[in-house]
Amino acid sequence: MSLDLNVAKTSIPDAPTGGGRRFSINLRQSGIYIAFVAIVLLFTILTGGDMLAPQNISNIIVQNSYILILAIGMILVIIAGHIDLSVGSIVAATGAVAAVLMVNHDVPWPLALLITLVVGGLIGAWQGYWVAYFGIPAFIVTLAGMLLFRAVTYNILGNRGIGPFPEAVRTLSNGFTNGYLGNIGLGALGGADLFSLLIGVVAVAGIVVTQWRSRAGRVRYGQVVEPFPLFVAKIVVAAVAVMFVIVQLARFRNLPWVLVLLAALVLGYSLLTNRAVFGRQIYAVGGNLQAATLSGVKTKAVVFWIFVNMGVLAALAGIIFAGRLNQANPTGGDQFELDAIAAAFIGGAAVQGGVGKVVGAITGGLIMGVINNGMSLIGAPSEQVMLVKGAVLLAAVAFDVWTKRRAGASR
Amino acid sequence: MSDVILRMRGISKTFPGVRALDDVNLEVLRGEIHAICGENGAGKSTLMKVLSGVYPHGDYQGEITYDGQECRFGGIRDSEHRGIVIIHQELALASNLSIAENIFLGNEQSRRGLIDWNRTNAAAAELMRRVGLDENPVTQVLDLGVGKQQLVEIAKALSKQVRLLILDEPTAALNDDDSAHLLDLLRGLRDEGITCVIISHKLNEVLAIADRVTILRDGRTITTLDADGLTEDRIISGMVGRDLDHRFPPREPVIGDEVFRVENWTVHSPTQHGRLLVADASFNLRRGEIVGLAGLMGAGRTELAMSIFGRAYGTGISGRIYKDGREIRLRSVGEAIKHGIAYATEDRKRYGLNLIEDIKRNVSAAGLRKLARRGWVDDNEEYQVADSYRKSLNIKAPSVSSITGKLSGGNQQKVVLSKWIFTDPDVLILDEPTRGIDVGAKYEIYTIINKLAEDGKAILLISSELPELLGLCDRIYTLSAGRITGEVPRAEATQEGLMTLMTLGQGAPR
Repeated sequence: MSLDLNVAKTSIPDAPTGGGRRFSINLRQSGIYIAFVAIVLLFTILTGGDMLAPQNISNIIVQNSYILILAIGMILVIIAGHIDLSVGSIVAATGAVAAVLMVNHDVPWPLALLITLVVGGLIGAWQGYWVAYFGIPAFIVTLAGMLLFRAVTYNILGNRGIGPFPEAVRTLSNGFTNGYLGNIGLGALGGADLFSLLIGVVAVAGIVVTQWRSRAGRVRYGQVVEPFPLFVAKIVVAAVAVMFVIVQLARFRNLPWVLVLLAALVLGYSLLTNRAVFGRQIYAVGGNLQAATLSGVKTKAVVFWIFVNMGVLAALAGIIFAGRLNQANPTGGDQFELDAIAAAFIGGAAVQGGVGKVVGAITGGLIMGVINNGMSLIGAPSEQVMLVKGAVLLAAVAFDVWTKRRAGASR
Repeated sequence: MSDVILRMRGISKTFPGVRALDDVNLEVLRGEIHAICGENGAGKSTLMKVLSGVYPHGDYQGEITYDGQECRFGGIRDSEHRGIVIIHQELALASNLSIAENIFLGNEQSRRGLIDWNRTNAAAAELMRRVGLDENPVTQVLDLGVGKQQLVEIAKALSKQVRLLILDEPTAALNDDDSAHLLDLLRGLRDEGITCVIISHKLNEVLAIADRVTILRDGRTITTLDADGLTEDRIISGMVGRDLDHRFPPREPVIGDEVFRVENWTVHSPTQHGRLLVADASFNLRRGEIVGLAGLMGAGRTELAMSIFGRAYGTGISGRIYKDGREIRLRSVGEAIKHGIAYATEDRKRYGLNLIEDIKRNVSAAGLRKLARRGWVDDNEEYQVADSYRKSLNIKAPSVSSITGKLSGGNQQKVVLSKWIFTDPDVLILDEPTRGIDVGAKYEIYTIINKLAEDGKAILLISSELPELLGLCDRIYTLSAGRITGEVPRAEATQEGLMTLMTLGQGAPR
């Protein structure tokens, strides 16, 4: 409809449009990425370059893959205004289910994986029911779940580890893509896997094309876009970072399968949160539950499915974790929930809900992974690692609160 | 008798964009019951919050003299120290604590840092006897009815050596027996020398209990009257009299067929078992028509609207809804939206907007599926839709990517309206659309409402401001104590007539 409203302009001043305000918003959103780069550089210097060595980059990805998968599910839970303390126990329980199916009952691995994911979904549905439909705070439900599913794990495994896993599962957790196309020489850098490099080129091309099309679409609709040099600079930085990691991996042992899986998950879930109706409803529920309800959002269903999703992702993490150790352990996954929650909050999620990004949670998870890895490279004792991780978490959230308060005060 | 205990002179208080109190004067005599009357939004509660220190000295202009001394309260503790106690409409009791604990909350009967429970309970029992509350002091407050909870509040006030007791709508939630008991109690307190200021919409009660009545309107003192020989009509004319010139945009109504009809609508309270919120209400709306719903606070206006809007509020709902002559069932908000019903809430910050999100995401919140193909939202389309509303509704913001929490009240309201216009409704229920909005923005909202009616939409306008209803509506229903008490065409509507219908049967048993 078109309203032709010929009304007198009242004296409400337009909100300030000065550069200062825009910059502070950017700082809040991009602070996490700047911090990530700074931390990587710091440890690169402290370790004399070992941080970015081919094998070490590969290690960081493989060692943190399950936490990153959990962080993707956790950020959705936190955006919706809830929390899940049970994911560590779900990782253990689903790992146990997978082990029993594959090792004790010789179920073919694809079927076993599927069943395990369904079990994860059912666990999520159980918790989602109590939170969404029965109205018990998620903190309580998942605290109970943390104990409950740990007990289930002990029950399934009978207080011992079960292994080894079939080759396929170990490859998914620990393995690398084959050198389908052979190696090529990169001069001083030595030989590198051509297939991995091609994947890297495709990824970079994908980034350029999608960013370009998105920008062109915005321009076509008359929206304000960032200055062209900044746009190009961002793409160049992203492309260089991606290619650097890929080249290093190609020089080591090609692409870890978990990286391929993670990349697919990050892409898919970013799209879900940004573009899907369901994703938008998660933000609406977390931002203002009553307003979402009165806008026709089925808020209970949204919360329910978020917990189901968390369960499925926890099961995926459980399979990968068990496969990596080549054994399902009763104590496996202990305190994973804390790492996943910390990743989400370091990555810019708000305690009150309604705010957060998948890429932010991944970056938060990587920050902790880099700190773990870097500090162990320089031989720091584990209590120091904990100290630093705790300080980083507190600092990240304090920074978020501070920028928010400053934005509020400048009104 | 002419001993003045309280004198408030030249009190002014502004909120962003709104002048709530404008040079208000109030004189209360020692030992009297003084009633304050006025429409919703007239400034009664604000005035009492100024008096009790909820708004500290410096937050308002003017001066307060109490007991011959000028007062500069920095907070509610200061005023309580002087014996001024306010009991808010929303009772402030900790429902999980006992009666005795509530009475002495913040004023614990302790010895060397430890609470002396025997002294606490004995003292509470004595206070409860004074207010006629026959319960065990250790009973939890949540086990008491509203009437008895009110008595706990008064006992609490007595424990603070109250000398000036302020009650904001004390009987709004009470039944007749409890109300009568409360009024008797207030008379008893007056005989003990306690001065009372009471805010009430129930004019029959005001006449029954008050010695004098001060009338406020639009944040100003209109007059103070002796209750002897006073009539409800005299109070009403003081509450409503004002001119309506040029505050509303002109409109030529073009009214079509009936589009929406509600029959025998009944709603029960979800929190108080068995309490009726809406009783047997029937009304209809026609295309292009703006229909008003007038009622005082607590009459059940919002409850009526929200229960119709997909049962978003209330339990034990019964009645029938017809859309375009066919009966429809609205079991959820989603179904209501699908049937072309929209409801813009009276509390846009709590129920209307996601304040941490930007304008475009709020505009699209109720109609997201219209922007989506196979579950995927078209961002650019969303931007364009939001931007078109920003322009046509004149939302003052740099862009639709501005955060709604930072907009002024009027602009936030326009975002809410955009959200509902985008769902392309046939019926719009607008609940207090101009509450807390300054005069200029109000005019813009009125213009939008008129335009929507011109586009053939049926509008149900809920408002506490009678001039607003008279200035915009073609027909006005009045609601009192959950019942529709009248249906008045614009030509026959007067503020006095409506106010009479709105207070009709207020004392009657529910």
